[in-house]
Amino acid sequence: MVTRAFGVPMTRREDPRLVSGNGRYLDDLGEGALAVAFVRSPHAHARILDVDVTEALEVEGLVAIYTYEDLADDPNPRVSEPLPLLIPHPALHAPRVNTPLADGIARHVGEAVVMVVATDRYVAEDACERIVVEYEVLPAVVGIPAAVEASHRVHADVDDNVSAHLVQEVGDAPAAIAAAPHTLSLDLDIERSASMPMEGKGVYARWDAADRSLTVYTSTQASTSVRFALAAKLDLPVDRVEVIAPDVGGGFGVKIVHPWPEEVLIPWAAIKLGREVKWVEDRREHFISSTHERGQLQKVTVGFDDEGHVLGLDVEFWHDNGAYTPYGIIVPIVTSTQLLGPYKPGAYRVEFRSMYTNTVTVTPYRGAGRPQGVFAMERTMDAIADTLGLDRALVRERNFIQPEDMPYDHHLTFQDGRPLIYDSGDYPTSLEKIKALVGWDEFEAIREAARAEGRRVGIGLACYVEGTGPGPYEGAFVRVETTGKVVVATGLTTQGQGHETVFAQIAAEELGVPVDDVSVTTGDTRRFKYAVGTFASRAAVMSGNAVALTARKVRAKALRIAGEALEADPKDLEIVDGVVRVKGVPGDGIPLRTVAVLSNPLRYAFDEEAKRATQFAGTSDMSKPPIDEDDEPGLEATDYYSPIRSTFASGMHAAVVETDPETAEIKILRYCVVHDCGTLINPRIVEGQIHGGVAQGVGGALYERIVYDENGQPLNASYMDFLIPYASEVPTVETDHLETPSPLNPLGVKGAGEAGVIPSAALFASAISDAEGFFVNRMPISPSELWALREQHAVASEGSK
Amino acid sequence: MTQHDVTFTVNGVPRTASVPSRRLLADALRHDLGLTGTHLGCEHGVCGSCTVLVDGRPMRSCLLFAVSVDGAEITTVEGCRAPDGGLGPVQQAFVDCHGLQCGFCTPGFVTTITAYLRENPEPTEEEAREAIGGNLCRCTGYQNIVKSVLRAAELQKES
Repeated sequence: MVTRAFGVPMTRREDPRLVSGNGRYLDDLGEGALAVAFVRSPHAHARILDVDVTEALEVEGLVAIYTYEDLADDPNPRVSEPLPLLIPHPALHAPRVNTPLADGIARHVGEAVVMVVATDRYVAEDACERIVVEYEVLPAVVGIPAAVEASHRVHADVDDNVSAHLVQEVGDAPAAIAAAPHTLSLDLDIERSASMPMEGKGVYARWDAADRSLTVYTSTQASTSVRFALAAKLDLPVDRVEVIAPDVGGGFGVKIVHPWPEEVLIPWAAIKLGREVKWVEDRREHFISSTHERGQLQKVTVGFDDEGHVLGLDVEFWHDNGAYTPYGIIVPIVTSTQLLGPYKPGAYRVEFRSMYTNTVTVTPYRGAGRPQGVFAMERTMDAIADTLGLDRALVRERNFIQPEDMPYDHHLTFQDGRPLIYDSGDYPTSLEKIKALVGWDEFEAIREAARAEGRRVGIGLACYVEGTGPGPYEGAFVRVETTGKVVVATGLTTQGQGHETVFAQIAAEELGVPVDDVSVTTGDTRRFKYAVGTFASRAAVMSGNAVALTARKVRAKALRIAGEALEADPKDLEIVDGVVRVKGVPGDGIPLRTVAVLSNPLRYAFDEEAKRATQFAGTSDMSKPPIDEDDEPGLEATDYYSPIRSTFASGMHAAVVETDPETAEIKILRYCVVHDCGTLINPRIVEGQIHGGVAQGVGGALYERIVYDENGQPLNASYMDFLIPYASEVPTVETDHLETPSPLNPLGVKGAGEAGVIPSAALFASAISDAEGFFVNRMPISPSELWALREQHAVASEGSK
Repeated sequence: MTQHDVTFTVNGVPRTASVPSRRLLADALRHDLGLTGTHLGCEHGVCGSCTVLVDGRPMRSCLLFAVSVDGAEITTVEGCRAPDGGLGPVQQAFVDCHGLQCGFCTPGFVTTITAYLRENPEPTEEEAREAIGGNLCRCTGYQNIVKSVLRAAELQKES
């Protein structure tokens, strides 16, 4: 019997160590290393006039204090330069990226001004408290309206606070809208939120002066790229730098940004001091000096016919990018393209401006611009249905791209710089499934029954399409050891997605070995040098396919070597449970461990098994050299997967909410998900990803927001005040799957990581609007805001009587 | 800074540490005793990742000074193992039910649930959800953690 690994909902191999306290997260490493703390700007915008460290020098245990001047004095000029602009774009005409320590001006509360190194973190913080920084406070730009008004500037040389301006157009949308039988305009608003992984960032650096080599552990989503960036910044040969992502306690996007100021400063200090140095971010630091997301104002104008078909769609939006643009304009690009969802928009025009504000920088958070785009499109669909008095699901259905339209070309450029072409998907079937799951057509009876009891309930629906698995590439290394065990390495990193398990499943399936014989390493540059990173729901697509392709190469080699040993045609061989044998003939096989021995012709035997490959063992063909011209020793291979473009997953969510007529409390009664991420590698893990995404979506729709006052002071930078949902706030998720395999990759998979969070804001706006009978155009929404909306609408309807 | 000798029983083993009075229990466990399974997610008592059992009761080790628990009996996630050294019932339940993803918050859940099941060995689903209501998880959406509580109760009963 062949044991299947692929597609099996197996438990995760990383779990036993993580549940027993044996994980190795960043702060679990480097005991005894020097500790770092930072003096960070308490002002949103301020000139740094003086840094007085006199008092701090008396702190026992202090090792060093560094300011920007110390970086500038370094013989290597690159240390003090601005951090890299990671993703340049022609439309990003005024990119600005911070220096590792503020160079004269701080542009948001939390920007690092002084770095302190001491014997432990307590002492480092003591010293920070005694450092006196004199600031000249400058006017702060907070919020998109203030940024657009541009009475004040975030960067002195950017007059209008606009970092980027981009227009994409297909057809003549204004003309199509003007000619349409019906038109609507919507003003929409989504507030700031943040990734908020339970583990903040952290960096631990070891410099080996004798070897002139640097080892850096960092809680990152992109260790290989950190390596290249550090080699460049610190002027070291790349092969003298290794970067390892240990166990990472969640990322959700924020840890894709790199190199963080601390990722440069900690290794820099370690080299300078010749000591191990570590910095672990505390929660307040994470709120004020990592990154945030969401935050857009949108204006949608749509033209449609009597049946609700969209004829033209014109979207203008303003994106708050915070103080700097290290990650370019990926978030608004994603909004502007993924907004279209499963629909044909008719003519489409989208224009955005990305705005500087004196707040924490904005970079992707799970969903990465899609929740905002879906909010715009789905609110528009609901508004069309309201206007025409049509069922909201029907209006959506009428605008769907059909399965026979695939591949569907939107004639736009996606976030990977490649054409926005959907590869596959079946939206009508998804809609049927979600309607059945939530009981869409039966809801009116439920509404009436609730009304009879004095209760107010509403149902919402939201659809999305998610471009996943963007390139440029990922690679993998696979080796069968002479023990028969298989080692797999890939460069992208893991933050809890279960990559050790799913990549082992793929390798086991391709090689025909028990999954327990496969071990997987991710995010360690000592094991795999070339990679891009974990973002945009790409790990399963990119590294998953790279592992499959590499395992196939190893398999082919194993069959060739075994064929020679068994005197059989490789085409007639199969590998079952780690044994190569003639197809369907159990017994006379040769174990992979022996094939591994034979793959490496030896002069020296290192154990009993290895004797078979030595030069007098009689296994060598004397007519050929021991290693053929096009061959290499070892039963191993390296290969890469590089897709032509992204693959497009999709899904539909439906929710039933109840709003309290008195208190405006919002209660979730049902939450249903239909999800299509192509072929499933491990259904249990996909399901877990959806649950987690939905929880973040619920948070983003009903609880979480980053609040600044008009001076740019963050008002809720703690878990006391930034309301991440507890178990009491998150509903039980009911799920159904659809599998339309991607034709773009060998495994047929699409990404699953972000899906759960994408439609939530739109979904709850839809359900709450349905319960209340008025249109919700701003998310998140709290009970007090809903209560205020009720008052406004009551006044308005009084006035109209 | 004055050092104080603190003696406590940690996971059944008598341990001592010499710490300044301001040393948090979490830091003492992690850095002085090398028990890094206890994690710090917020350092202000909200997230529950650092929960350990002090004399059997779940407490936030980020809100306690090490010197304040002198003489106490402390259980960390490392001490929630089965007597034979294998995974304890709560730990095994998390594996069985996919109750964790990144695993950073998990130690706090394991200790919290271990204490809870001593009080209420057969919780309903609603009670299970209530039992974990003071711990934050950013990955799982809690659904599988609720399942893990119920599964742990089952495993405990079986053994």
